[in-house]
Amino acid sequence: MSDIDEELRSELQRQGIWVTSMQELYNWGRKNSIWPLQFGLACCAIEMIATAASRYDIARFGGEIFRPSPRQADLMIVAGTVTKKMAPQIVRLYNQMPDPKYVISMGACAISGGPFKQGYNVLKGIDRYIPVDVYIPGCPPRPEALLHAFMELQRKIDEQKLTGAGKAAHLDRTHPSEFPVPAFGAHDLEPAANADVFRPMKIERT
Amino acid sequence: MTTTIQTLEPAERPLQIMSSRLEGELLEVSMGPQHPSTHGVFRMNVALDGEIVRKLKPVFGYLHRNHEKIGENMSYLGSMPYTDRLDYFCSMTNNWAYALSVEKLAGIEVPERAEYLRIILAELTRLQNHASLLGFLLSDMGAWGTPLMYAFREREKILDLFESLSGSRMMCDYMRFGGCRVDASADWLAGAKKIVDAFPKFLDEFEKLIVENEILIARTQEVGKLSADLAISAGITGPMLRACGVNYDIRKVDGYGFYPRFKFRIPLGEHGDTYDRLMMRALEMRESIGILKQAFEQIPEGPIMNPKVKIRGFRPPVGEAYGRIEAPKGELGFYLISDGSPNPYRYRVRPPSFINLTILEDLCLGHTVADVMVILGSVDIVMGEVDR
Repeated sequence: MSDIDEELRSELQRQGIWVTSMQELYNWGRKNSIWPLQFGLACCAIEMIATAASRYDIARFGGEIFRPSPRQADLMIVAGTVTKKMAPQIVRLYNQMPDPKYVISMGACAISGGPFKQGYNVLKGIDRYIPVDVYIPGCPPRPEALLHAFMELQRKIDEQKLTGAGKAAHLDRTHPSEFPVPAFGAHDLEPAANADVFRPMKIERT
Repeated sequence: MTTTIQTLEPAERPLQIMSSRLEGELLEVSMGPQHPSTHGVFRMNVALDGEIVRKLKPVFGYLHRNHEKIGENMSYLGSMPYTDRLDYFCSMTNNWAYALSVEKLAGIEVPERAEYLRIILAELTRLQNHASLLGFLLSDMGAWGTPLMYAFREREKILDLFESLSGSRMMCDYMRFGGCRVDASADWLAGAKKIVDAFPKFLDEFEKLIVENEILIARTQEVGKLSADLAISAGITGPMLRACGVNYDIRKVDGYGFYPRFKFRIPLGEHGDTYDRLMMRALEMRESIGILKQAFEQIPEGPIMNPKVKIRGFRPPVGEAYGRIEAPKGELGFYLISDGSPNPYRYRVRPPSFINLTILEDLCLGHTVADVMVILGSVDIVMGEVDR
């Protein structure tokens, strides 16, 4: 993760000198105090609450401060079925969150519509409008799965670079941090997906 | 060192002008769909006079998942997992209500052991639903953290039972037409008995914290009063109706399952305010524990499925049926019309929390905006069921 020589670092540590880089310190601080947006949609939200409650205790990972306001949140956990009526509000909430911001898409419904995919009012995945960092399958995923996703996100934050070509998206001025809010059309949300964000998997059959 | 505080003379204070200018102007506030206390994605458009609610308009549909339409295109068995996701706190009672209406439609008998298992699971569901409701209600009132943690500690124990029996914590998909999916082992029953025996300790502790709590009394008594007349004419059911003093419990009225074999009392409220609705849940949990203890003693050995039922390729005769049970939130009913095909012709859910929510404006008018959250919490809604 850093450019410091590991051998030198451990040698110095033995002498009582702790060496770190700005990037490491910055990422260490950020990954251990992720504030999620207190925002539940459906069944998965109950498992999200269970993760924050007594047994699973997300506070062990520094994520227990659920903020009801998007202005104070770092992480949006899209927990549950996104309907076409709700999708514009979710994009708006995402736009209101300050950078750096991350999204966990929790459960089958938020990923693809899940069991309700055939429904006329169900959005087939929130990744059509906002970029998603971690997906958790399951209906609903167990609290352990959410904790695992949280740890994956921490790993992702830890690997972000402050400078250089591959630097983190929130430090790159050309990278958009807000996305257009879809509107209600005659039959569906318009546009049906944001082409800048939505990267559907291409299945090649031979 | 002394400091002088400058104060305005009374004549200079512009209070008079302010109050006369603002009089009669209403402020419209949209609460939700993203709000920490709206229990999901419920939205209320509230017109406020200062802090007093003068008008309240609920906005639904943010979680409309086409449950009924999907049900009409599904086989009868295929709808069973979808019923789990109606009221996602109480999947067992949803399963039972749906199984009951299909059994009514097709005239299916249920073996004795299965009926006992259903009662045990429904009452366990009632325990965990009411416990978490109390936790949520108190956190809406500002007791953020502790009560919810206590409630979820107990809920997790019951979810463990569900998981070891059905394989899933929340979406149990346990009941079938003519019985249950898997049998409960003697170990499972012993484990369940142990948890139920320890449950009153939690209730004692919880009630000690809340019953005579002065802040709780100030926030809930005389808040959101519901009269028995309005409750009956609006079709309110469940603990909300019984908090107004109306003795109506479908477990007693219909006597479905083997409930007539059990001895239990129906707790009744007197004032119909939020405090009564809250206490109704605490008292009902005590009665549920009584039912569970009797069920553990009486449960017989035997089959759990009616062997005559053909689950796959199930085609009920032409007709219609309405099956209802006393779910933790009120009367949960499924209305099915069959035209003899593998799918129901019409599939309709009568959700208790949706119908209990219709009188929200009557309860909230004249109260402060902070009380709206408490009243809404005491109605006990789950949006999966309200919007379907």
